[in-house]
Amino acid sequence: MHEMGIASSVLDAVRKEAAARPGSRIVKVGLRIGEWAGVDPESLRFCFEAVASSETSEAPALEIEFLARQNQCKRCGIVFALERFQIECPRCGAEVTEPVSGDELELAFVELEES
Amino acid sequence: MTRVDVQQKVLNENDKLALSLREVLAENGVYCPNFISSPGAGKTLLLERTLELLPPDTQVGVLTGDIQTDNDAARLARYGFPVRQITTGGSCHLEARMIQRALEDWKIESLDYLFVENVGNLVCPASYDLGENDKIVILSVTEGEDKPLKYPATFSRAGLVIINKIDLLPYVSFDIALAKENVRKVHPDAEIIEVSSTTRAGFSDWLSWLDNRRRLCAAHSAASVAS
Repeated sequence: MHEMGIASSVLDAVRKEAAARPGSRIVKVGLRIGEWAGVDPESLRFCFEAVASSETSEAPALEIEFLARQNQCKRCGIVFALERFQIECPRCGAEVTEPVSGDELELAFVELEES
Repeated sequence: MTRVDVQQKVLNENDKLALSLREVLAENGVYCPNFISSPGAGKTLLLERTLELLPPDTQVGVLTGDIQTDNDAARLARYGFPVRQITTGGSCHLEARMIQRALEDWKIESLDYLFVENVGNLVCPASYDLGENDKIVILSVTEGEDKPLKYPATFSRAGLVIINKIDLLPYVSFDIALAKENVRKVHPDAEIIEVSSTTRAGFSDWLSWLDNRRRLCAAHSAASVAS
């Protein structure tokens, strides 16, 4: 359970963006979380609301884009979502394919309302 | 309304610190593995046995993380190497700033290895780069063979998986071939070594892996300095 720490890191990064625009208010925060990031989106949402609303009267909205684990086949190039940990290429049968997404834990965007 | 595209890692601050730690370790020729496992998989005993069996002139520093107590540091200090306990006070993983603080007054230039024993947890340590050269995950045969599938974030980032407590194989239903297959499903390139910290089985493989990695990392950092 490290979502509280992650939520604090998100808020720190977001505040930096807001500080660069004096007088602005954070309205919305966009995150990208991969299936294999080891972070539970719902738990993170809960922690984010708790941390953010303890400091301001209104917590910013949180938009989470959840990214499935996807691999790409080096032989035929197809990108596919992993099902039941099957890493073999579903099209050409190549045994080893490379991960292309699913590890993300990223701050994508911040929406600010400037007064 | 202004939308600012940030596109940065949430743990950017941690990652920056980890990067500078990695550079300092490389400059000083120190190889740093980060040991991760569930509680009770045998991290501390594996480290004890490793400290005992390393060649006599090897210099090692050890950082060991726990939520409470300095019991592990007391166990590890018996081998004559500098050991420091990091007590996280509730936090379920180590972060780069904890490593940086613990190393503040250490002479790391004299070390060959810096062993970091993470808090027993297979989830959260995966997210935090500590500046290590490799994450090493320890899986013991008293656990389920499906641990790699249950904790893919951790196993997919492991350079080496150590299967520990193999002396207990006759007494448990652990299917070692299935465990290896599961490791390879989440991380096709992961290396796997089987050991028992009790009987010392597999330790020659483990110690030579460690020595090879240290040499490889030292050669790599020497080459990057030269260029």
